Order: sequence, then structure tokens, then C-alpha cells
Amino acid sequence: MLEFRNISFRYTQDESPMMENLSFLVEAGAFVSVIGASGCGKSTIFRLINGLETPDTGEILVDGKPISALKQYSAFMPQKDLLFPWRSIEKNICLPMELQGVPMAEQTRRCQQVLEQVGLSGYGKKYPKDLSGGMKQRVAFARTLLSGADMLLLDEPFSALDYLTRVEMQEWLLHQWESTGKTILFITHDVEEAVFLSKTIFVIQERPFSAMEQVEVPLGYPRNRSDLKRQEVVELKEQLIGRLRKGVNL
Amino acid sequence: MKKHIPAAMVTLFLLMLWQGAAMGVNAAYILPSPVQILRRLWELRVPLFTVHLPATMGVTALGLLISVALGLLLAVSMDWNEGLEKALYPVIVASQTIPTTAIAPLFILWFGYGIWSKVLVTILMTFFPIAITVFDGLKGTKREMEELLLTYGATKKDIFLKLKLPTALPHFFSAIKMSVPLSVIGAAIAEWLGAQKGLGYFSKRMMTQLDGAGVFAPVVLLSLVAMVTVGIITVIEKRVIRWRKEL
Repeated sequence: MLEFRNISFRYTQDESPMMENLSFLVEAGAFVSVIGASGCGKSTIFRLINGLETPDTGEILVDGKPISALKQYSAFMPQKDLLFPWRSIEKNICLPMELQGVPMAEQTRRCQQVLEQVGLSGYGKKYPKDLSGGMKQRVAFARTLLSGADMLLLDEPFSALDYLTRVEMQEWLLHQWESTGKTILFITHDVEEAVFLSKTIFVIQERPFSAMEQVEVPLGYPRNRSDLKRQEVVELKEQLIGRLRKGVNL
Repeated sequence: MKKHIPAAMVTLFLLMLWQGAAMGVNAAYILPSPVQILRRLWELRVPLFTVHLPATMGVTALGLLISVALGLLLAVSMDWNEGLEKALYPVIVASQTIPTTAIAPLFILWFGYGIWSKVLVTILMTFFPIAITVFDGLKGTKREMEELLLTYGATKKDIFLKLKLPTALPHFFSAIKMSVPLSVIGAAIAEWLGAQKGLGYFSKRMMTQLDGAGVFAPVVLLSLVAMVTVGIITVIEKRVIRWRKEL
């Protein structure tokens, strides 16, 4: 699905590069989390994938083709919902389709469908200010889905939510992933969140990095919260936290 | 309604103070009382409302219209092209250091006593707040929102229409609210300097006749017009923009 081939990248204003000769592979339909201390370059990976930054060297391939030759291969969902306050929920969700020139009737149809799917049918005519934080994130997710890409890039989508809402949203997201079959790349700094959600976890430990450690989570799907108490999962969590702390300079 | 009570009380108090002082001075050609002004306004209602108010309103409306068009054009083109921004922005700011009232007599020389010399003064006074405020609005879009649109494959035009324009809309309304009183002032000043009709001209004529209340009557009318217009714009703004506090 997604392949990084010898990617090096440095922000022009930075002295040291973010990553050097980084290569990794994500399979179609996977749920992969990227964890690391803040400022380690997690978000940069996403910016490279969705084309907001261009690598200095190397190639990014999606389904074997370089991304420069592709369109709408990935859909990005940022940390903040970034819903446009002047647009109704419906209009917000339709935004990516509007930009792609999808016919109106088709937009309305898909919008109704996705609203139902995220459990918000009947909210289409409301405005972002009328919704709670969790609902807004679900709308943002719906918008991401309707951009039509098979690969979703979720950048700490739940970090601004309160704990209980976050837990709900994580379970909800797993359910969405299972029913849509999309490939999800998920950035988080919350180790428990990464363990609960993903099949594979990529760990960024240092900067610049040339490889990410790849950790498989010893759990199948569907999972529930009590699985997090299993001995091997607890150990994995401790291990990951320990590794991340090495990278933190106070 | 209740929130207006303190302001109304202060206004009433000031008016009473004025009335008292005017009655003490007792020389209407120097300091007419509010009651005298209102009476004069009533006496002069026919020429004021049929000749001079329409003349001033014509200048104000025309000047404002051209200012809005010019201001928007400048704001949008400076936002579109950085080269234009660098070339125009300093010039626009510098143009505001020209004391319009001081050079307005020149406009009368150049364009005569007709409407255009007055319209020009009005434009000079109002295009600046519109251009600069709307430009700031266009520049003030959130970078993250712009990037999100880019990831959806948005073009420069898409970003302008779907993000910049809505973001700048509240700024546009602020600009108009600033410009309306300025345009009325501009028109009145220009009429003071040379005109055949208009509220500013009328006020000046009353001055030469030592009619204090007659000087004030058109001025009261001018402020009323500006206040009512701003009020109407505020009502429209509230209907159009319900999300002002959320950006």
C-alpha cells in the first residue's frame, strides 16, 4: 500500500535533518500507529505522504506508484477538527467532494450515508458550534472518509478530547476501520491508545532517524478494553514507554 | 434594549448640561441649545429633506460604492500576489498621511463644484479602512485550514472562495461600519469647501448668517443618517454571520 524508500528530509529552517534514509512499508488494510516523543517527526511523515512537504531524497510509493503521479490516495485528519464554522455539518462533510467536482445529488447521497454511518444522521443541517467535541471529531472523520482515499492519515485525532470521550472514540474508530476496510495510519503519543488500536506500532526514538522500530501487538480483532490487562500487553506497554522516555530530554 | 439604558442616560445628562449652559450663555449664534436646534431642524425641514439631504446622500452613496469596489480590488489583488502587496501596501498606508481636508480645495479646483470633487474626497477617506481591514481578513486565515484544503487537492482559487472569502467576511462588515461615518464626514467636508447644495454646504451658509441653530441642524441630521445606516448594517451582519466568535 504505502512504501517509503530511502527518504531524507530536513525543514529548511532546521539545522539537523528530520529523517535520513528512512524506509518502511505499510500493508493495505493495516492499522498502524506511529508513536514517539513530541517533535520527533511523526507529523512530518504525514506531511510527506500528503504532499505538503517534498522529501529531499528518496521516493514515496502508494500501490507501487510514486505519489507525484497520484491523486486522492490519502486523506488527512488533523488533531483539531478544523470544521469550517460558516458551513453546516453537511456542507463541511461535502467539502472534499465539492473540490473534486462530485455531482450534487451524489454528494447528498454519500453525505446522508456517512452521517448515518458515524451515528449523526439528523445533524446535517446543524453547525459545528452546536456539536460536542466528540461529535465534531466524528464529523471530521466522516469528511476524511468522503475524500475517497483508501489510506487515512489520522494525526492525534482524539488528543483534545476528555478521557471518557476518547475511550469511546477509540472503540468507535476500530469499528469504523473494520467496517470500511481502509488502511489507517495513526499518530499518537499515547502508548495505551496505540496498543489498543493498532496491529503494528512504529516507534520513533531519536532524531534524525533512519528506521522506525516495528512492534506487532499480540492481539487480534475485535478487541475490547479488558485485553489491555493481559500480561503480555502490559509488558509491551511498559517496554514502549521505557523506550520513548529515552528520547525525552527535559 | 436594557443594555442601552446606561448610554442613553449619559447622553441625556450631556444634553441637559448643554441645554443648561446654552440657557446661561443665552446667545444662540454662539451656543444654540438642543431644543433650539431641534426647533430649527423642524423649521428647515423642507429644504433640508428635499434638497440638501438627498444631495449629501448621493455623494456618500456614490463615494462609498466606489470605495468598496476599489478597496476590495486592492485587498484581493494584494492577497493574490505578493509582488503587488509589496508594491501597493506601503503606498496605501502612505496615502493616509495626506491630510485630505487640506488638499480637498484642490479637488474643487480640478473637478469643479459638481458631485465628483466631493465623491473623490469621500473615496480618499474611506477606501483605506476597507482595503486594509479586508486585506488583513484575507491574510488572517488559519494555516492549518489552508493545508487541509490543499490535502484535498484545492487550487488557489478554491482556497480563496471556500476559505479566505468567508474568513474575511466579518472584517468586511467591520470595514463598512467604519467607512459609513467617514464617508458622511468626507461628503460634508467637501461640501463645506465648495458646493451648491448638500448638508455641509447648508451648514456653512447658516454660519455666514450667524444662525447657530441652523449650523447644527444639518449636522444633527448627518449623525442621525450615519447612525441609522450603521444600525442597518449591524442587523444585516448579524443575519449573515452567526459564527463570528468561533474563528
